[in-house]
Amino acid sequence: MGRGRLEIIAESLIEWVIRLCGISAIIFIFAIFLFVFKEGAEFLFNELDLTEFFFSKEWYPTSGYNKRYGVLALIVGTGSVTILAMLIAVPFGLGAAVFISEFCGPRLKESLKILIELLAAIPSVVWGFIGLTVINQLIIHVFNAPVGLNILNGGIILALMSVPIIVSIGEDALKAVPDSYREAAVAMGATRWQLIRRVLLPAAKNGLLAAALLGVGRAVGETMAVLMATGHSVNMPNSVLDSVRTLTATIAAELGEAPVNSDHYQVLFIIGLLLFSITFVVNMTADLIVRGVRKK
Amino acid sequence: MSNPDTYCIKTTGLNLWYGDFQALKDINLKIRQGIITSLIGPSGCGKTTLLRCFNRINERYGNVKTTGSTLILDEDIYTPEVSLIELRKSVGMVFQRPNPLPISVYENVLFGLKIHGATESQEKSTRDEIVEKALREVFLWNELKDKLHRRATDLQLDQQQKLCIARLLPLKPEVILMDEPCSALDSEATRGIEELMLGLIPKYTIVIVTHNMAQARRVSHECIFMLMGELIEHSPTDQLFLTPRDERTADYIEGRYG
Ligand SMILES: Nc1ncnc2c1ncn2[C@@H]1O[C@H](COP(=O)(O)OP(=O)(O)O)[C@@H](O)[C@H]1O
Ligand SMILES: [Mg+2]
Repeated sequence: MGRGRLEIIAESLIEWVIRLCGISAIIFIFAIFLFVFKEGAEFLFNELDLTEFFFSKEWYPTSGYNKRYGVLALIVGTGSVTILAMLIAVPFGLGAAVFISEFCGPRLKESLKILIELLAAIPSVVWGFIGLTVINQLIIHVFNAPVGLNILNGGIILALMSVPIIVSIGEDALKAVPDSYREAAVAMGATRWQLIRRVLLPAAKNGLLAAALLGVGRAVGETMAVLMATGHSVNMPNSVLDSVRTLTATIAAELGEAPVNSDHYQVLFIIGLLLFSITFVVNMTADLIVRGVRKK
Repeated sequence: MSNPDTYCIKTTGLNLWYGDFQALKDINLKIRQGIITSLIGPSGCGKTTLLRCFNRINERYGNVKTTGSTLILDEDIYTPEVSLIELRKSVGMVFQRPNPLPISVYENVLFGLKIHGATESQEKSTRDEIVEKALREVFLWNELKDKLHRRATDLQLDQQQKLCIARLLPLKPEVILMDEPCSALDSEATRGIEELMLGLIPKYTIVIVTHNMAQARRVSHECIFMLMGELIEHSPTDQLFLTPRDERTADYIEGRYG
């Protein structure tokens, strides 16, 4: 009798623990959002001039007599590095996904997938290090530039970092295309390229789009590598050889020095909020697209 | 175009291995032009494998080895000079599960012509005519004429299968291979497909794999019985079912192999 009762209690306890684990993911996200929001809320509602924040390129948070908090240059920094990274990573990543899914034998496929996972496992500070040394030197030599820490460098590094996620999600999307479609097209005399262009890419387009978006999400949120590779100077760039500074790198570099609850500190949290919103929207869109694929 | 005294497909000493496993053993056959020939035999005897030799789609699997010769209209299709693309244009295939592409009905019908580069110079009105003609030949036009731009994968199964036949026709194939085309369909839809097959000869030569002996009797003029990778008997359908020459054929049609 007693044992039976114990079991029932244990069972319902386990059920609750599992439920709690599930809910905790949601709670954490909200808690993080609320925390970030709370830290910046006072300044956001009372003093911050949103027009200045979004449209001024003057970022002087520590100026003695006239502090200015314009993040336009930082947004442009993040945007330019991300766009360049995607211009490189999306064609490469999707090309690699097509290669792995359609052209490889099973052995090569396994080795390439392992290689790509390894690529994804490299810590971002190591990527930053590669940017700071190898790619820096390369850019200086090739373009005869005084320094090689700029949009191009950051873009290349971010591209390398986003390629694995684009490849693996893209490959999943192609794998999900039923083999009967391939067989149908091949049996009518389609060449490999026609099969890819006319059947596989259209059939997998949502999944491939989601792959690209997740790559964007990865690139926007990356911090340490871009901090090291972009030159980290607030600047409205004229070319890819100009240094910039990104939203993420600004937070990472300045938060430690800003006095807690100072205006500067709060503005950094507001930037965090902005980043949070951008990546949330990008990932959400990607997720909805993937879900759309599954429903069909 | 058709002449029952011409042979459309001829094989001599055709053997096929999947890795170490020999799935076809010394197949010698002659399939007449302009009629329907059915391939029957117990499951696993190699019907699908033989059918898939005729447009070399077997080669999609990497471990396949074929020896012997296979001639389609007197051309050996296993010589290196043969273009797989041209071969598959003239030997079309219908699969067990309907497999229209996830594009519109209209685009499905034109897909073959598109990949063979024939639509670029055509007017839209010509293309419309081609689509209408193909769909009429499979009795789909009246049902689908207002739904040409619907996704083909949303159609009913029997419509999908008819569409899979229709999309072969604009390429004007010599031979249409069908691998149990009705196994996913109910009996009414099966009748529909059989009726349309009979309408396609003698313009096209049809080879159909079926596990349904009643179907073989209804639609085919000649019938080939296979067992464990070997061709046992090839006779006119009536003769094969009424007076089989081989004991094993008799056993099979009396249901002794299940
Ligand atoms: N891709 C393949 N790889 C290895 N063996 C296969 C393959 N396809 C078919 N087989 C084998 O070849 C034999 C004939 O198969 P199949 O032609 O599909 O028979 P049927 O269509 O008459 O049922 C079976 O024993 C089957 O297991
Ligand atoms: Mg079969």
